[in-house]
Amino acid sequence: MSTSSPAPRRGPAPAAGPGRFMGGQPVERSMDFRGSGRRLLGALRPERGIAFAVLALCTVSITLTVLGPKVLGHATDLIFAGIVGRQLPEGATKAEAVQHLRDGGQGTVADMVASMNVTPGQGIDFGAVGTVLLWALGLYVVASLLNLIQARVATNVVQRAVFRMREDVEQKLARLPLSYFDKQSRGEVLSRATNDIDNIQQTLQQTLSQIMASLLTLVGVLAMMFWISPLLALVALVTVPVSVLVATRVGKRAQPQFVQQWKTTGRLNAHIEEMYTGHALVKVFGRERESAEIFRAQNEKLYEAGFRAQFISGLIQPAMTFIGNLNYVLVAVVGGLRVASGALSIGDVQAFVQYSRQFSQPLTQVASMANMVQSGVASAERVFELLDAEEQTPDPEGPVGPRTVLGQVEFEDVSFRYQPDTPLIEGLSLSVSPGQTVAIVGPTGAGKTTLVNLLMRFYEVSGGRITLDGVDAATMPREELRSHIGMVLQDTWLFGGTIAENIAYGSEGASHEAIVEAAKATHVDRFVRTLPDGYDTVIDEEGSNVSVGEKQLITIARAFLSGPSILVLDEATSSVDTRTEVLIQHAMASLRTGRTSFVIAHRLSTIRDADVILVMESGRIVEQGSHDALVAAEGAYARLYAAQFAEPVAEPE
Amino acid sequence: MLVRLIRAYLRPYTRTINVIVLLQLVQTLATLYLPTLNADIIDDGVVKGDTGYILVVGGQMVAVTLVQIVCAVGAVYFGARTAMALGRDIRADVFDRVQSFSAREMGRFGAPSLITRTTNDVQQVQMLCLMSFTLMVSAPIMCVGGIAMALNQDVPLSGLLLLIVPVLGITVTLIVRRMRPLFRDVQERIDTVNRVLREQITGIRVIRAFVRDGHERKRFTGANTALMDVSLRAGRLMSLMFPTVMLVVNLSSVAVVWAGGHRIDSGGMQIGALTAFISYLMQILTSVMMATFMFMMVPRAEVCAERVQEVLDTGTSVVPPLRPVAPLASADGGRGLLELRGVEFRYPGAEEPVLRDVSLTAHPGRTTAVIGSTGSGKSTLLGLVPRLFDATDGSVRLDGVDVRDLDPAVMTRSIGLVPQKPYLFSGTVASNLRYGKPDASDEELWQALETAQARDFVEAMEGGLEAPIAQGGSNVSGGQRQRLAIARALVLRPSVYLFDDSFSALDYATDARLRAALADETGNATVVIVAQRVSTIRGADRIVVLDEGRVVGSGTHGELMTGNQTYREIVLSQLTEQEAA
Repeated sequence: MSTSSPAPRRGPAPAAGPGRFMGGQPVERSMDFRGSGRRLLGALRPERGIAFAVLALCTVSITLTVLGPKVLGHATDLIFAGIVGRQLPEGATKAEAVQHLRDGGQGTVADMVASMNVTPGQGIDFGAVGTVLLWALGLYVVASLLNLIQARVATNVVQRAVFRMREDVEQKLARLPLSYFDKQSRGEVLSRATNDIDNIQQTLQQTLSQIMASLLTLVGVLAMMFWISPLLALVALVTVPVSVLVATRVGKRAQPQFVQQWKTTGRLNAHIEEMYTGHALVKVFGRERESAEIFRAQNEKLYEAGFRAQFISGLIQPAMTFIGNLNYVLVAVVGGLRVASGALSIGDVQAFVQYSRQFSQPLTQVASMANMVQSGVASAERVFELLDAEEQTPDPEGPVGPRTVLGQVEFEDVSFRYQPDTPLIEGLSLSVSPGQTVAIVGPTGAGKTTLVNLLMRFYEVSGGRITLDGVDAATMPREELRSHIGMVLQDTWLFGGTIAENIAYGSEGASHEAIVEAAKATHVDRFVRTLPDGYDTVIDEEGSNVSVGEKQLITIARAFLSGPSILVLDEATSSVDTRTEVLIQHAMASLRTGRTSFVIAHRLSTIRDADVILVMESGRIVEQGSHDALVAAEGAYARLYAAQFAEPVAEPE
Repeated sequence: MLVRLIRAYLRPYTRTINVIVLLQLVQTLATLYLPTLNADIIDDGVVKGDTGYILVVGGQMVAVTLVQIVCAVGAVYFGARTAMALGRDIRADVFDRVQSFSAREMGRFGAPSLITRTTNDVQQVQMLCLMSFTLMVSAPIMCVGGIAMALNQDVPLSGLLLLIVPVLGITVTLIVRRMRPLFRDVQERIDTVNRVLREQITGIRVIRAFVRDGHERKRFTGANTALMDVSLRAGRLMSLMFPTVMLVVNLSSVAVVWAGGHRIDSGGMQIGALTAFISYLMQILTSVMMATFMFMMVPRAEVCAERVQEVLDTGTSVVPPLRPVAPLASADGGRGLLELRGVEFRYPGAEEPVLRDVSLTAHPGRTTAVIGSTGSGKSTLLGLVPRLFDATDGSVRLDGVDVRDLDPAVMTRSIGLVPQKPYLFSGTVASNLRYGKPDASDEELWQALETAQARDFVEAMEGGLEAPIAQGGSNVSGGQRQRLAIARALVLRPSVYLFDDSFSALDYATDARLRAALADETGNATVVIVAQRVSTIRGADRIVVLDEGRVVGSGTHGELMTGNQTYREIVLSQLTEQEAA
C-alpha cells in the first residue's frame, strides 16, 4: 500500500500459491542478479549444514516418489499377465501359446503376449502382486516422511534467515548517521525495511524448496520416462519447448497489459488520495460530482486494463493444461500402439501416464516462479544496499563524563559542512552558562537547526569542538550526551500507542500521576479530556485523531516529564497559538530553572525573555546579546525585529 | 464479512457466474473424460490388438481436449471480467461513501487509512474472487466429477473412495482449520513489525534524542521474535500438509491396484479401468490441493473485506437535506446573515464537548473574528457552517435557514472557505483557482490573485496561470499556498467568507496588505476570521473570544481590552503593553 500512492502493503500468503501468473508486482530487474542472488543464498549460511541436509532429504524423497509409479506399474503387469495367462491353455509353454495365437490369426496379441512374463493357464499371482505393492507402500511412506522432515527443516531455515535479516536491518538503522535519512527519502528507506523484506520472505518461502523439488522431480521423472520408453519420453519432451514457448509468448503479451494496469491503478490511486486529503474542500466547493465523474472514468479504465491483463495472463494456465492433455493423448495412443506391438508392457503405459502428469506440473511451476525470483532478488539487492551504507563512527565504551551535568555548553570554532565544497557553519564560537536561555533567531537556512543538530550529535562537527561541562562531546557516547538533553522538535513525532505512553516515552516507568501532572503543566490535560478515551486514546500511525497543535503539546509534555539538564526547543511552539504558548512558557520557565535552554523560535514573546539572543545569518553568529541591547545596537537583530514584529505599531487602526 | 461483501456485490453478475460455472463444469468433465477414453484404448484396443480402434479413440481424445480448452478459456474470460467488475463496483461504492462522509468520519478513519481501504484492500478481495472463479469453482467439480467417473469405471472398487475421500477431507480440514488463525496471526505480526520499523524511521530524531535505542531494539526484537514464532508454527503446519495429502493419495493408489487386481481376477472389471482409476485419484488429489491453496488466501482477504465493509457500514453524520430549502434571496447567493444559536458539538463518547452553548451572529458587510487557544474549538466552529460537521445541539442558520435544510447548491455558492491547511490540487494555478467557479474568466482570476497578494509570484512562475501545481501544492511555498487558497475563495465571490487561520504563514507586512485589499473586495459579504495573531483581527467589527469551547466575551478590540481578562492575556502575550494600547 503502498503508502506515495500508499505503498501497496503486500502481506504474504505464507504458502505457495498455485501458478503465480497473477502478476502481483511489476517485475523489477535487478542490477546484479548473480551477485545479489548469491548473497541472498549466503543469508542462509549459518544454517548451511541443515540446508545441505534439506537438499539430501529432498533428493532421496523425490527419488523414492518417482520410483513409485514404476513399481505400481509392475504390479499392474503382474495382474495383466495373470488375466492373459488364464486365457491361455493350461500346461502349454509360453512359446506354444504364442504360436497358437498366431495360428489363430491374432498376430498382434501374440506379439504382446510374447513380450510378457506369463505362465499359460495360471491366474493372477497375488503373492507376487502383494510383495510388489508392499514395496510401493514402503517407498511412499518413507518418501512422505522424508518430505515432511525436509519441509519442516526448510521452513526453519528460511524463517531464521528472514528473522536475522530483519534484525540486521533494524540494527543497521540505529547505526546509520542522520545524514543518511536526509539524503534518502524516508519512504524509500521504509520501503526497503518493510516491503522489500516482506517480498524476500515470500520469495524464499515459496520458491526455495519448491524450485529445488520441481527441478529434482523434473530430472527424476525424465529419467524414469527414458528408462521405460525412450520413444514415449521423446514424445513427452516435445511438450517442454512448446510449453516454454507458449508461456513466454503469452507472458510477453501480458507484460504491457500489466504495465497498463499498474499505470491506471496509479492514476486512480492518485485521484483517490487527492480527493480524500482535500475532502473538506471538495465538499465546501461542491465538487463531489466532478470528483465522482473523474473517479468513474478512471475506475472504468482500470477495469478494462485489469481485465485485459488478467485475461491474457490467465490464458497460461489453460494453455498449459491443454498441452498437458495433448501430451496425455499422445502417450495414450503411442503407448497403446507400442503395447499392442509388444514393445511396452501395459503397466509401463500406466506408469507413463502418471509420469507425464507429474512432468508438466513442475514445468509450469518453475516457469511461474522465475518472475518471483527476479523480484525477490531485486528486493534483496535493495536491502543489501541499505545494509552496506556507511555507518556513523562507533561510540566509546562506557560513560566518560559525570552522571549529572551542570549544563555549561561551549562551541569552540565549530565548522560543519554537508558537502565538502559548501560549508554550512564556519568558525562558530559560543559560550552558554548553566541555566541560561539562548534564543536563536535568523532567516530560514541560517543554520539554526544545524546548530542544534550538532549539539545533539545528530551530525558530527567537521572542525572545532563542542564541550559539555568541559568534556568534548565527540568523546562521549552519543547516548550519554543525549540523555542530558531534552528536545522538542519541529516535526511532532508520536508513536502508535496511547497518549499516556507517548508522554512517558522519555521516562521509563513514570507513574500515571506524574504523566497527568506533566500533561496539566503543558496544557495537554484539557484536550485529552475531550477525547472519548482520554489518556488511553490510541494515537494512530498518522496521528490523525489529534491536531497538529495538540501533537506539539504532547511532545512538550514528553520533554517536560523526562526532566533533562539541557533543553532544546526547535520552533516547538510555532503551531501552538500564542495564548497557549504563554501558558507553556510559564511551565517551561519553571522547567528551565537550573537548565540550559536553546530555543529556536520566531515569536517575539519567546525571544524577548531569553538571556542571550543569537542572531544567525548564513551559518555565522552575527550578533549576540539581550533584546534591549540588540535593539539599541540597530544591527541585524533590530532590522529583523522591525521587519517581523514591529508591524502592529507601524499600522495603527 | 468476506462472504457477505462478495455475495452482495456479485448479485448483479449472477448470470455470468452461472455461465462460468457451466464452462468450468464442461471443462472439468472433459478433463475427466480423458482417462475413461484411455481405458477404452487399453481394454478394447490394446488387449484386443485393434490398432485402428486405438487411433479412433485417440482422435476422440483430441476432440475432448479441444472442448476442454475452449471452455477453460471462456471461463477465464468471464472470470476475469466478473472479478474486475466486482472490484470496480466495490471501489466505486467505497469512494462514494467516503465522499459523503463528514469531517468527523474522515477524522475517525483518517485519510491514509481510507485510501488504503479504497485501493489496496479492494484489490485483495478482487484477487481472491478472480482466483475463485478460475480455481475454486473447478475444484469441487473436479472432486465430485472424479468420484462420479470412478464410480462409472467400477462401482465396487469405488467403495475404496468411501474410505479415501473422507480420510483426505478430514486430514485437510484439520490442518486448514488450525492454519487459518495462524495465518491471520502471521499477517498481524508482520504488520506489527513493519509498524515498529516505520516508527523507528520516522521518529529517528526523537528516539535518538531521548536515548531510546535500546528500548526500541527490544520492542523490535520482541515483535520480530513473535513473528518468527508464529511463522514457524504456520510453516510447520504447512509442511505437514503436502506430504500428508501425497501419502494418502499414494497409499490409495496402492490399495486400488491391490483391490482392482482382485476385481479383475473375479472378472468384474477390465484392466484398463485400473489405469483410469488411478488417474481419477490423482485428479481428486489435485482438486483438494487447489482448494487448500485457496483457503490460504482467504484470511488475508478476510481482513481486507472487514476493513472495506467497515467503511460501507459507516453512515455519514451529515445527512443531506430531504427537502432542500433555498432562501428567498438565494438567486444572487443570498445576503450572508450567519447565526449560531446555542450550538454544541461533542464527539460521540467524549467526556467534554468541543463547543458548548455557542451563540453568535455574523452580519453581512461586517468582519467577525474568533480568537482562542488551541483546542478551544475555533476550527470546529467554522466547520459547522459548510456542514463539515453538524452541531450535536442548537442550530446554525444562514439567511434564516438551518444549514441542515439548506440546498447544497446554494450552500456551495454562498460559502468561501479558506482552510487551515491550504491544500491545493494537482493541476495548474488556474484549475485550482477555478475550483469553486469553473467558468471564471482569466480576468477574474487575476483580480483574485491581486487581492490575495499572489499576483507577483504567479506572474513570475513559468506559465503564469497555467503553471503546474503538484499534488497538495508541494511545489509552492507555504505562504504562496495560503495566498492561492485565499484567491480560490475570492474567485467564488461568496456571501460568506470563512478564513480559518489563513494568514499564519504570511509575514506581518503581507498580512496587512492582504487584509486591506480584502476589505475592498469582500464589500457586502459576511467575513468570519479565525486567527491566532491579534494583529490580524484587531480591526474586526466584532471579536468573539472562545475559551474551552465557550464564548467568554465579544466586542471590539477596545471593548475587550478593557473588559475581558482572557482577551487581554492573549493580546499581552503577543504585544508589549505599550504596543497594545
